[in-house]
Amino acid sequence: MSTGAVGRAHPRLEGREKVTGTARYAVEYPVDGVTYGWAVPAAVVRGRITRVDAAPALALPGVLAVLHHGNAPRLAPGPDRGLWLLQEPAVHYRGQFVAVVVATSLEAAREAARLVRIDYDAGPHSTVLAADHPGLYRPDQVNPSYPTDTAEGDFDAGYAAAPVRMDATYRTPAYHNSPMEPHATTAQWRDGRLLVHDSNQGAAPVQATLAELFELPREAVRVVAEHVGGGFGSKGYAKAAVVLAALAARQVDRPVRLALTRQQLFGPIGYRTPTIQRVRLAADADGRLTAICHDSITQTSTIREFAEQVAVYTRSMYAAPHRRTTHRLVRLDVPTPFWMRAPGECPGAYALESAMDELATAVGIDPVELRIRNDAAVDPDLGQPFSSRNLVACLREGAERFGWADRDPTPRARRDGRWLVGTGVAGSSYPARARAAAASATARSDGGFLVRIDATDIGTGARTALWQVAADALGVPPERVEIRIGDSDLPPAGVAGGSMGTASWSWAVIGACEALRVKLRQVPGGAPADGEVTAEVSTADEVRDQPERPRYAYGAQFAEVRVDVDTGEVRVNRMLGVFAAGRVVNPTTARSQLIGGMTMGISMALHEEGVLDERYGDWVNHDLATYHITGCADVERIEAHWIDEQDGDLNPAGVKGIGEIGIVGTAAAITSAVCHATGVRVRDLPVRLDKLIALSPLA
Amino acid sequence: MQGGPEQETTTDERHSSRVAFEVNDARRELTLDNRTTLLDTLRERLGLIGAKKGCDHGQCGSCTVLLDGRRVKSCLILAVTLDGRSVVTVEGLAGPDELSPLQAAFVAHDAFQCGYCTPGQICSARGMLDEVARGWPSAVTGDLTAPAELTDAEIRERMAGNLCRCAAYPHIVAAVRETATTR
Repeated sequence: MSTGAVGRAHPRLEGREKVTGTARYAVEYPVDGVTYGWAVPAAVVRGRITRVDAAPALALPGVLAVLHHGNAPRLAPGPDRGLWLLQEPAVHYRGQFVAVVVATSLEAAREAARLVRIDYDAGPHSTVLAADHPGLYRPDQVNPSYPTDTAEGDFDAGYAAAPVRMDATYRTPAYHNSPMEPHATTAQWRDGRLLVHDSNQGAAPVQATLAELFELPREAVRVVAEHVGGGFGSKGYAKAAVVLAALAARQVDRPVRLALTRQQLFGPIGYRTPTIQRVRLAADADGRLTAICHDSITQTSTIREFAEQVAVYTRSMYAAPHRRTTHRLVRLDVPTPFWMRAPGECPGAYALESAMDELATAVGIDPVELRIRNDAAVDPDLGQPFSSRNLVACLREGAERFGWADRDPTPRARRDGRWLVGTGVAGSSYPARARAAAASATARSDGGFLVRIDATDIGTGARTALWQVAADALGVPPERVEIRIGDSDLPPAGVAGGSMGTASWSWAVIGACEALRVKLRQVPGGAPADGEVTAEVSTADEVRDQPERPRYAYGAQFAEVRVDVDTGEVRVNRMLGVFAAGRVVNPTTARSQLIGGMTMGISMALHEEGVLDERYGDWVNHDLATYHITGCADVERIEAHWIDEQDGDLNPAGVKGIGEIGIVGTAAAITSAVCHATGVRVRDLPVRLDKLIALSPLA
Repeated sequence: MQGGPEQETTTDERHSSRVAFEVNDARRELTLDNRTTLLDTLRERLGLIGAKKGCDHGQCGSCTVLLDGRRVKSCLILAVTLDGRSVVTVEGLAGPDELSPLQAAFVAHDAFQCGYCTPGQICSARGMLDEVARGWPSAVTGDLTAPAELTDAEIRERMAGNLCRCAAYPHIVAAVRETATTR
């Protein structure tokens, strides 16, 4: 008895709060007697702290404490040594937080942080990823739990025997998630219980980590994340700010607000690892792939292994009888890389989709047609049919909408005044997964309903989408439904990440609403006369029992760029994406997600680059003036569309997730368009002016 | 908590000053640590959390407010310099019952996602529209002698100082355009 809420465009429920400045983020809650924490980063790359002199800092008016490894409250060693903060004199990377100042004003905390004197014994370091680094090794698995290497057929023989071969190495630099709200926390201890208002993508995982570190029962920790100013993976689980704030609040026995500075976000909270990717493709004269190999090299830290699943994208994207993928990793004296929007798929698709474009040129076949020709009927990796696979439909509809037909593939053939113009295309895919969640639904005597789930809305529109889903599941107009999320006191649910939020959470919400309807059938009149009726469910069993099979969202991104013949400046005239992502719950917020992902892809292709200086073992660009992200003036025309896709083998709401697929493939579409415009293939992102000018005089 | 109680302050009294200025049409008199920015004054002393701290270095625009009618980055302004001046924050834009046209357009066009840069975008757009009304050109203005025309390219350029990592840019442009053409 759907009321048709799902599928209808609806503005965000919290829109009014966000445009009036009343939506509260992590360090914006009124707290009596609040104090301010300021983190102090290590000034060496690798070494040991030999002495901490806090006296000059403590001498400042308003300074309450300086925490460091010598005096901070003790933490239990958790699974992530990067969170075992202020516990040991060892420094594992430059920027590691080694002290925290607490003061009664921000001004005093900031100045005191500068006055903390720390002496180090520093050792030699290695911070540059290289394909021939002696420390390269084969991890046991890659994020989150994929096999490290795969092989089918005989790649070497298949490659050697093919009439057309393509062998190229692609490089991507370190990328920084850079959410607009920094990692920030307000921490308060009361009677041995810890309350944190924290900027994260999942209160439950943060709660679990804090409980482990502070050796508390989970019930003694409450994590609230009602509004979160973006995360893009970097707030996917507990990070330094929340641990430091909790330590500081315990030490001074007062509430502490601690926000990392913008500069402190470049490293310690995670980043996308730089990648070195060799892709080899072999095809017959008709462009049918016979052999595919994708070898990935990435970095991790010395304190925790994070192995980005860069080549996993290639395992299921295009068909070929002979296939191989490998991942190699090296431990460097760097902060631990972590999730950033579409970890694995995003850099991996840049390489594979670029290689497909290069192959298209080599065999003289249109790049859209080449992809259609190599579409996979069954998952090449698992050998099973896909739950649904509409890559070809996305390519065809995208080509139609974009005006791809009759494209002259000749490079540098189109010129518009001082601009060379080119177009490019890429495919994209992203796994459609779900994880267990719990939710409750309550009927009130006034005819209203309350749905509760510890989901997190980091800007995705999850709050609104779940509200729509709940209304349909209850069979009532959405106005009668209230939704509450973002608090570990609510029924537990997983992280807002991996494009699984809506799939996982709506599953539990629908279950709770249906269970409530069953309960209400026993109630005279179908509604409680007074008091309320509640049903709570967990999807743990259903999710666990769901048969494994390949489930993916697909997309096709098209780009048109213009390149200044004198300066090499690249502008994106227009971008268009068509996606097949199951059911779209709220077209308003879905479009924003997809456009946002594609724009971050523009940013990856043209603007973002963590520039490492080996002498200092750190990136030199530590702020938004020097680490460039795409701005308003960079986005001229951008469109996202989706095809009508019904997939009954996903989850009750039939959704695939849309948070990440927008970025997958986009950078390849842009670099291929740049190549079409200029004849220059940029294989190491970003496309910078000097790469175009240096390689080929354009004019 | 607009107009809420002032937070306790413990600063270096040797380096504090008494300052009086208007915030959203209300007179405020404060003793401030001389190091305090306008942004931190709003957020930590006056409970006006609309202005956001994204970078604290004038690089992201999240803290944009209007100072004597002009858009400024409040993280770059020391509050002690504001004696006698007038500040309007995002909290001061809406009427008691209804949103300002710009705010309503931001909601209608989904011109934000996480919402963190949004108050700054809205204040910046407010200030920008007044700049256009005064005939100020931008870097993309072709004819400097003609009346400023608010094309999409002009809006994009004039809003380029406000970063949005969620990348609601096309929707921000649409919201600003709608507001400009209907006001």
